[in-house]
Amino acid sequence: MLRRAVEDASTGSDSDYSNSWISWFLSSKGNEYFCEVEDDYILDRFNLTGLNTEVQNYTQALDLITDNLDDDFQEELRGTLDIQARLLYGLIHARWIVTARGLAKMLDKYKKADFGRCPRVLCQGQPLLPVGLTDVPYEKSVKLYCGRCEDIYSPKSSRHGSIDGAYFGTSFPHLLFLVYPALLPPKSGPADPARGVVGINPGAGAAAVDDPRRRGARVRDELVEGADGLGEAINTASVALRADRYRPRIFGFQINEVAKLQRWQEAMRDRQVARLETLEGS
Amino acid sequence: MSRRPQQQSPLDTSQPEVPEDELLSATGEGDEVMEEAEEQEGYTSSTPTSSLTWISWFCSLPGHDYFCEVAEDFIEDDFNLTGLNAMVPFWKEAMEMVLDVEPDEDSAKIPDVSIVEASAELLYGLVHQRYVLTRAGLHAMAEKYEAGVFGSCPRVYCMGCNVVPCGRSDLPGLETVKLFCPNCNDIYVPASSRFQGVDGAFFGTTFAHLFFQTYRELMPAPFWKQPSSSGSMSPSRSPRSVTGSNSSQQAPFVNPNPHGGQKRAAGKVYVPRIYGFKVSERAKSGPRMQWMRLRPESPEDLDEVDWRGRWIDDEEDQYDDGIDGEAEEDRRMEDFDPVRHIYCIVLC
Ligand SMILES: [Zn+2]
Ligand SMILES: [Zn+2]
Repeated sequence: MLRRAVEDASTGSDSDYSNSWISWFLSSKGNEYFCEVEDDYILDRFNLTGLNTEVQNYTQALDLITDNLDDDFQEELRGTLDIQARLLYGLIHARWIVTARGLAKMLDKYKKADFGRCPRVLCQGQPLLPVGLTDVPYEKSVKLYCGRCEDIYSPKSSRHGSIDGAYFGTSFPHLLFLVYPALLPPKSGPADPARGVVGINPGAGAAAVDDPRRRGARVRDELVEGADGLGEAINTASVALRADRYRPRIFGFQINEVAKLQRWQEAMRDRQVARLETLEGS
Repeated sequence: MSRRPQQQSPLDTSQPEVPEDELLSATGEGDEVMEEAEEQEGYTSSTPTSSLTWISWFCSLPGHDYFCEVAEDFIEDDFNLTGLNAMVPFWKEAMEMVLDVEPDEDSAKIPDVSIVEASAELLYGLVHQRYVLTRAGLHAMAEKYEAGVFGSCPRVYCMGCNVVPCGRSDLPGLETVKLFCPNCNDIYVPASSRFQGVDGAFFGTTFAHLFFQTYRELMPAPFWKQPSSSGSMSPSRSPRSVTGSNSSQQAPFVNPNPHGGQKRAAGKVYVPRIYGFKVSERAKSGPRMQWMRLRPESPEDLDEVDWRGRWIDDEEDQYDDGIDGEAEEDRRMEDFDPVRHIYCIVLC
């Protein structure tokens, strides 16, 4: 599956061919989830440790993505080498997006909702983040994580549904919210009141307007952006209580078994909230 | 709405093209294809040139995939339409259009046929909302469900559970159609934009749930136990299958509640991890929403919460440490303080 999609894409977009391999790759249809890995990150061999055993023709693949491939190579090997180059770029990408600069690049894409929006109605169009279910390539396709409902979804389009999840890794979205806790989406209310993305661009004041805690968080956000403190004052112990739920009803009446399950789930939630509030208090 | 002439059945392609307004008011005779309803109800005289009835045509339009064909005798029974005439302008003309009845001379007063078309769509949608609650309507929708016409849940751990259309309101004009997943009990926006113009009220708030009450074998049960075979996620607490509720897929699944879902649920819940370590709930960004997807392991567990949503026995600490009983493992993981370590890894 993955391989076929890769080949399809390689023949797809010659029109968008530009001077560097990376910019060509990024502009190819289906590669919208990827961000640009900066040259100096790739050129620092330390960052690529171990990848030579993951990728066949590693040296040439690396030469290709850094536009250093000899001209006589290009004609004969380009086709097969392209697949290896994509794998290599994907694996470098997975490492890059969990660095400070990589996170910032992905944040820009998140702001533009490049990864789509949560299909859950009550998440009100919350932008998503890509995530892998494994860090090993060729195992699972990429999924999308919603910071509001904290669940994962399949991409809408098969073009994205066939991208290898290992090119984003299992850690990325969680690391992003760990490093930028002020960007955690609110659990209720519209996701982007003024076209911007909630909590993503604190300077533009796009944070959830109806949540006083978040308003406070926005002020502190510059500190977080400046890598100074981890938003210690943000309290997320009881945010789950704000989450909206869908309640199935037949002619206005709740359905016994579903209602029972939902009460049980909410009792679980309340128990966690109590536990976390005790922790906050101590 | 005015694309109908292009939607003729293959049998009609030999016939000369009829101009649109003519077609809409025409009464085609001698069609080879006899619609079942026509035969029964004697409407053969009012079938348009296209052998397609208005209802079949409407249901075949792009984006109308979720609609089933309402039986004409249901629409002809005034009792089923009680209260609708006040909601639909040009009621009479709309009825004629939907039922392919030749309009009488009065209809000539309506200047624009598209007005009637809009009314016909509204009429059909509101009748559809009621029809899908009948035995015949539920059956028609069940066939579409089994055929996967409504698609499947986008949530990864619902494992492709099929969904049904639903509305958030029974009044038209408020919200577009949504999709209800019986596994996560949640509602989703249809993936394709072609459903963005379909009114949710045409399916209504009740249908999805009456559907799963009627077809309990399609409804996942409220409890779930991790099969003992998949060791990777939660090895700590999966004793050999005690009841028939887990492990071997061949064992018939039984929900002791005969009024509940009779299908084995897809119960896995997403666990966020950073470098292989579960993100601790103690982190500010730690998991806060897993409860929403969580199921108890056994049906009896549901009775531990009373009708007000309080634990009956507060000693119960079975689930105290997050999901799927990984409490012990979890604590060991937390010795690796993710916040401090990651902070250094990322920012230094
Ligand atoms: Zn969501
Ligand atoms: Zn679902």
